Amino acid sequence: MSAAKNDMPPAGAGQAMAGWLSVAIAASLFAWFWQALGPVAAGEVIRYSFDWVPSAGIAVSFLIDGLSLTFALLISGIGALVMLYSTKYLAGHEHFARFFLYLTLFMGAMLGLVLADNLLTLFVFWELTSITSYLLIGFTHSSAESRRSALQALLVTGAGGLALLAGMILLGVAAGTYELSEIRAGDVAITEHALYLPILILFLLGAFTKSAQIPFHFWLPNAMAAPTPVSAYLHSATMVKGGVYLLARMHPTLGGTDVWFWTLAIAGAATAVFASLMAVKQTDLKQILAYTTLMALGTLTMFLSSDEGYAITAAMLFLIVHSLYKAALFLVAGIVDHETGTREVDRLGGLRRFMPITAAAAALAALSMAGLPPLLGYIGKEVIYAASIKMDAAWFVTAAAMAANALMIAAAGIVAFRPFWRGEHATPMTPHEGPWRMLAGPVLLAALGLLFGLVPGLIAGPLVDQGVKAISDGAAKPAELKLWAGVNLPLFLSVATIALGVALYAGHERVRSALRSMGEAAPSFDRGWDRVLDGLKGLAAWQTRILQSGVMRVYVYTVFVTLLVAVGGTLIWTGAFSGLPDVPFAELQAKHWGVVFLIVVGTAVTTITNSRVAAITGLGAVGVGVAIIFIVFGAPDVAITQLLVETLVVVLFAVAALRLPHMKREDGFPNRKLDALLATAIGAVVTAIMVTITSGPINRRLTEYFESAAWTEAYGRNIVNVILVDFRALDTFGEIAVVAVAGIAAWSLLKGPKSDETEETR
Amino acid sequence: MEVVLSCLVGVLSAAAIYLMLSRDLLRFLFGLILISNAANLAIFTSGRLITGNPPLILEGQDFPVDEAANALPQALVLTAIVIGFGLFAFALTLTLKAYRRLGTLDTSEMRVAEPREE
Repeated sequence: MSAAKNDMPPAGAGQAMAGWLSVAIAASLFAWFWQALGPVAAGEVIRYSFDWVPSAGIAVSFLIDGLSLTFALLISGIGALVMLYSTKYLAGHEHFARFFLYLTLFMGAMLGLVLADNLLTLFVFWELTSITSYLLIGFTHSSAESRRSALQALLVTGAGGLALLAGMILLGVAAGTYELSEIRAGDVAITEHALYLPILILFLLGAFTKSAQIPFHFWLPNAMAAPTPVSAYLHSATMVKGGVYLLARMHPTLGGTDVWFWTLAIAGAATAVFASLMAVKQTDLKQILAYTTLMALGTLTMFLSSDEGYAITAAMLFLIVHSLYKAALFLVAGIVDHETGTREVDRLGGLRRFMPITAAAAALAALSMAGLPPLLGYIGKEVIYAASIKMDAAWFVTAAAMAANALMIAAAGIVAFRPFWRGEHATPMTPHEGPWRMLAGPVLLAALGLLFGLVPGLIAGPLVDQGVKAISDGAAKPAELKLWAGVNLPLFLSVATIALGVALYAGHERVRSALRSMGEAAPSFDRGWDRVLDGLKGLAAWQTRILQSGVMRVYVYTVFVTLLVAVGGTLIWTGAFSGLPDVPFAELQAKHWGVVFLIVVGTAVTTITNSRVAAITGLGAVGVGVAIIFIVFGAPDVAITQLLVETLVVVLFAVAALRLPHMKREDGFPNRKLDALLATAIGAVVTAIMVTITSGPINRRLTEYFESAAWTEAYGRNIVNVILVDFRALDTFGEIAVVAVAGIAAWSLLKGPKSDETEETR
Repeated sequence: MEVVLSCLVGVLSAAAIYLMLSRDLLRFLFGLILISNAANLAIFTSGRLITGNPPLILEGQDFPVDEAANALPQALVLTAIVIGFGLFAFALTLTLKAYRRLGTLDTSEMRVAEPREE
């Protein structure tokens, strides 16, 4: 499956530079975060803030504490190793430089996500990780499977992102600020706020889709369509941990309630146990690792449910443990694939003779994954058990953790023991050791698992303790990390787990076939996803057929019926219209009646005639009538404009009419009675609105301003003109532009290409 | 008088909408002209009607006489008339062009952009 093989032409110098540049960027970021270790270990919190939209109180702000620093070091450190690995893995690939661009962008987005201290900043980076991971998962864009997986990941995490945005806005409204550190420090208790439940549900939707908790887990195994280094990166320390990070970050704000505890504990436990069963069922190295990643995400979610110091320590420690061994194992899987040409465990065996260094790295990482001493994974497992027996619902959490851990041992054996140490198989390519750039990552990461296991103090102080402090807002006491904690219940649980795990590994082929036969009966989330997408497409097609009928009458009808229902309905519903007032016949003189008569007759003629000349005459009468009204009621300028425009309309129409057909009688058109009914109803509504407006009070504040300022400030005696050319000059300028554009458009239509004329077939 | 003009605006709107619902594009255009007139009259009337006192400031004075006509709706209507004319002119040109290409002004026959589904 690997896109590049060693026999491909070498990358150009520019391409190679793109790779090394990315490595350098990641490494220098890692170095920069490294120097923050000292201050953070001392309990300091580093914060940077820049104004973004100050008027809306939105800032771009970043915060480095134990939690974000742990993530930042993992992201930049593993990022540098994965990039180094990729310079060899993808050497000669036609889109080599593009790959590094995507990977570097993704790293930047991920760093922004974990460092953000402002909800909206966090959201922007959250979405950027979704988009960049879409590009990475779909990197092999010629494959339909890749494209489907990429789109699936984007849609699932993108939908969660939208929910998250809604939750963030609600939280911002509830807390009165978008700064996370201010929300934590503020005196608004979000968990007691009326909006708590909606906020929590929306945040959990965001976190669970990103971190692939059941029932949103299906996109993650499909995302294995990505090149192996991408899987190693996205599924160890970054992308999928985004949701876990969010849960950890929001723990002080949203945690501590029963809803929080049970939702996280149940979703996490279900994901962990389900995923570890699925892991044993797979035969593809990457698929096994994908499901073990799900197991880790479930475990982390489960332990973030609690306020207990041990539980948070367990989550924080397991985060580091998992990132180290999972990145190493993915990279090993990539080497195996690269050097042997297959990732099927049934076709691999005895590889330690050909690739001893890879085998050693794989063994170390797998031992950490299995949780055996003296590796860091062992301490992780001990703390997990110590936490699980202290938590609420201890039996539930302990049982879930134990089942998942035992299955992890079996999975570790299948991934890292069987291909290297069991009987030999012929592979598609003659296997040999990987090049150093590809070995550096797994060896270093696996060795760190051993080093931290032997000297847990290296990470305890600066990262784990400070991380626990950040997650619990200083409330929880971090657990002590040590290899030998004495003879206690966690030790017995560990021994039992190891025994169970070894037994499961010994019989893993039988377990696998049992799971296979069970799996046939179970519903598939992936197929359900296809059905949801088909349903969406069907819905879109259906509503397009209804709304976009292509018949203009239907569109016009839609507009006017909506108008009638919305405006008329509001009038009736609010009871604003209080009936037609009396007509003051005494005020009305003959000239008023004359004008009204002129307009009504003109309108009637235009409406019922079948003659173009009669219609345009009626329109002219209406226009002149309106102009007379303007004159009578003190608007001479408006009247002049009206008369001028009315004349132009008639002239233009007369010219056009020479080239247009006569009007047809409408007797043949159906539904004209219905049209008349709708028109009359809207006319009545319009009258009702006008009566309601004119019988209420009027606010003449603006008019008074213009009256007082027209001469004293603008030195004009015609107030209407002053408004147009002075106070609202920009509007008038816009109006001129509109007319000019309409003129240009009309001219270009008339002077358009003559080729159109060929369609003139009558 | 506001009541009478309110009724007049209703009549103009009803006639305009009836014409715009027609399948004949020419009638639609007539409806367009009528509805602009109705809208202008509505804006004008909602500023209240004052007879015979245009909003002008006489020589030697700083302010208009009390009870001058409302200047604000007049300014709005002036703009609206011109924009309405631009709209009409463009719609008329479109109609001309459409007739030249399609040979009909019956909107139910104009299905170039959204053809009937098979």
